[in-house]
Amino acid sequence: MINIEIDGKKLKVEEGKTILEIARENNIEIPSLCYHEDVLPKEGCRLCLVEIEGMKGLHTSCGTYALDNMVIRTKTKEILETRKTNLKLLFAQHVEKCNECVWNNRCKMLDYAKKWKVSINEWEDRKKDYPKYIFGNAISYDSSKCINCFNCVQICQNQGIGFLEVKKEGAFHKVVPSKDKNKDCVYCGQCVSHCPSGTFSPVNPSLEIEKKIKEGKYVVFQYAPAIRSSIGEEFGFDYGSIVIEQMIAGIKKLGVKKVFDVSLGADLVTIEEANELIERVTKKEKLPMFTSCCPAWVKYVEFYKPELIPNLTEVKSPHILLGGLIKTYFAEKEKIEAKDIVVVSVMPCTSKKYEIQREELKIDGENCVDYVLTTHELATLFLKHKIDLSKIKGEDKDELLGFSSSAGVIFGSSGGVAESATRTAFYKLLNKKIEKIDFKEFRGVKEIKEAIVQIGDIKLRVAVVHGLKNAKEIIENNLSDFDYIEVMSCPMGCVGGGGQPVPTSKEIRKKRSDALYKIDAEAEIRIADENPRVQKIYQDFLTNKEIINKIAYTKFSQKQKEN
Amino acid sequence: MNIIEKLKKAELKGRGGAGFPTYLKWESVLKEKSDLKYIICNAAEGELDLKKDKYILENYLDEVLNGIKIALETIDNSLAYIYLNKEYYSLIKDKVRDPKITLIQEEGGYIGGEETVAINVIEGKNPEPRKRPPFVSQKGLFQKPTLVNNVETFYYVSKIEKGEYEQERFYMLVGESIKGGVYELKEKMTIREILKETNNYPKEPFYVQAGGGVCGEIFLEEEFDQEIIGEGFIRVITYNEDPFKIMERWAEFLNSQNCDKCTPCREGIYRILEMVKNRNLKGIEEIFLALEKTSFCALGRGAPTSFRSLINKVILK
Repeated sequence: MINIEIDGKKLKVEEGKTILEIARENNIEIPSLCYHEDVLPKEGCRLCLVEIEGMKGLHTSCGTYALDNMVIRTKTKEILETRKTNLKLLFAQHVEKCNECVWNNRCKMLDYAKKWKVSINEWEDRKKDYPKYIFGNAISYDSSKCINCFNCVQICQNQGIGFLEVKKEGAFHKVVPSKDKNKDCVYCGQCVSHCPSGTFSPVNPSLEIEKKIKEGKYVVFQYAPAIRSSIGEEFGFDYGSIVIEQMIAGIKKLGVKKVFDVSLGADLVTIEEANELIERVTKKEKLPMFTSCCPAWVKYVEFYKPELIPNLTEVKSPHILLGGLIKTYFAEKEKIEAKDIVVVSVMPCTSKKYEIQREELKIDGENCVDYVLTTHELATLFLKHKIDLSKIKGEDKDELLGFSSSAGVIFGSSGGVAESATRTAFYKLLNKKIEKIDFKEFRGVKEIKEAIVQIGDIKLRVAVVHGLKNAKEIIENNLSDFDYIEVMSCPMGCVGGGGQPVPTSKEIRKKRSDALYKIDAEAEIRIADENPRVQKIYQDFLTNKEIINKIAYTKFSQKQKEN
Repeated sequence: MNIIEKLKKAELKGRGGAGFPTYLKWESVLKEKSDLKYIICNAAEGELDLKKDKYILENYLDEVLNGIKIALETIDNSLAYIYLNKEYYSLIKDKVRDPKITLIQEEGGYIGGEETVAINVIEGKNPEPRKRPPFVSQKGLFQKPTLVNNVETFYYVSKIEKGEYEQERFYMLVGESIKGGVYELKEKMTIREILKETNNYPKEPFYVQAGGGVCGEIFLEEEFDQEIIGEGFIRVITYNEDPFKIMERWAEFLNSQNCDKCTPCREGIYRILEMVKNRNLKGIEEIFLALEKTSFCALGRGAPTSFRSLINKVILK
């Protein structure tokens, strides 16, 4: 422990932390824009500068480690004045397009400007003519909003992608999409989560969805497992709050007919995927088997590692599967034609926007899912319609496709798919005798988790990975050590998805994840196979191989550069 | 007497502009414990109009290489790089054959000469400055102790080793009204003496910029009786020249050559350029302050010096 002083406040703190980290832990506000704990400090925005007694000049608090006996001042006249100038200069490059921004209503830049009384329009925006790029009809990159922090470039490299590059054009360095034919975007959206100025955003289909509702179409919403523990953040709930009934009531208020739970789709995926796994392991074929519910990961394999396409499980992702059921099973029951149903998935994800455009997913010429809204986009839609989830009375989800086991809920966190499939594998192979239900070895923040699970005679070697760079590491180093590998592109899985509310941090992702496991711990039905809805769907509809294939399975193919 | 003692006795100071005693730099690298150490000869020379190192490489390459060899012999288990301005690279690439010396082309323009930028470029990284500490003498290139000296410094190391050093240095003089050029003259000469001795003293009224390239201060005629501190560079400017045009050239240069890493330098210099072009300096002092106090590296912190002294001493007078 070391002793330091910040603005006269004496603190005893752990060694090895930066001044900014310590200040935040102790509720001392130091402003900053370019700092994000998931990337290395770049010390570029120059808003977090502090004075340190005995050291010449000002120093960034994000890049300076606290040492014993440091006396730090964060609010000298010099700091306050120059900070204002730097904020003004940042605004002078950034074009404000607040209404469409992922930071709308929680923008740090604007908050600082108001608080410090900084005029944000003193100069003409330097980037006013900078272009906008669209990647895969999933992610928009509006370079006129960029404040040159390069978090996006670092996070894209951390993913092992490196699609976003810094290039000098004329007098200035810019972030540009790579022209390298061997690099392409996988639409994970981590650039969206880590950009402090809203330069990256999901491509938002809200207006079209509103139009469909207005036209009187039969609009159905389904929400992903990870939404329930994050959407509350947009309405002032604590991190990790479970907000389901209020969200359903909100969606219904928009004029939506039915609201279903993608976790049910996850239960069905679990059952099919476990079948496929058992078959492959028994036959020793196409191993290791990879999960394929994460479309950014699928695109990664299709573009960067096409030789591994056969290793992907061919089961569709949960919302595609459930969307297909809505347009067949549900449509039949309700006597509505598939073409009159509009399915909207609410996802923590940007790459799902890309996924739904895949031709091969169509059933009888119809898309399984018509639109994808991110968690944040749904919240924005609520705000627009003056729907406040903190004030609304909750409603139950629609029964038919609304009930899932808790194994389908943990799909939202890294390790959840593997755990759910393993539970089912036990259930099937050991004839419903469950010896173990909690697979804690698959859970937690660690980026690569490994475990060996003995199911009867079968020894299943499992790896659980989040972050594409880590997947790449396994692929290139010890692929043959495993039979089953779960890969999620985003940190901690979907709870850290590119479509989730901003800000994001390790702590926030962990709280979202913990909330899902809490649901699981308290649930009565914790195995997909025991979900009565699932049993009924197999009884009534998924009765033979042909229909199961049609609804639940797909194919993957090598991809060329798209952006 | 070993070379360190010779350097100390000769009182040689680094000729890259900062003026740090050379023997101290050498000593600090020597005292570090490491299986490998590096030597970098900095020939990035990116200052506006400055071609002093080019002149030395063209005329005295053997002396420079000898200076580097002396460093290689003095520092055990060391390897050397010559980090070269792109134009200079082609000039000497066929003339250096020592297996212990590698030539590298500079990147990053003006700021490419900053020693931590040089290290990043040699390592194949982005041309951006690094934070100190650690100092490069402790953890420099590839995290090894590294000695970085300018071309001119290595030239004089060679001279000192041979006992031929006579307290001289190189000066470069430029200006529309003078012949100009590179001159090797005594170290402790005043601005007036340098201009007079080299026949570069215009008849019409003039002032100079000296000591720091594009960031060098302005000196009026009554201030000519002082030595140049910093870079051996003098720009002669007559009162017939438009001072705004001069500033425009500085600002254009800085705006296109800086690394864009930090807000005050990237955006502040752009706004200075805009103000100078519009001949409206309202609010410029606020930007100067942000640059001086909050820039990441010395180049941004030093950028206002020349503008401010030209404005105060010439424009506002």
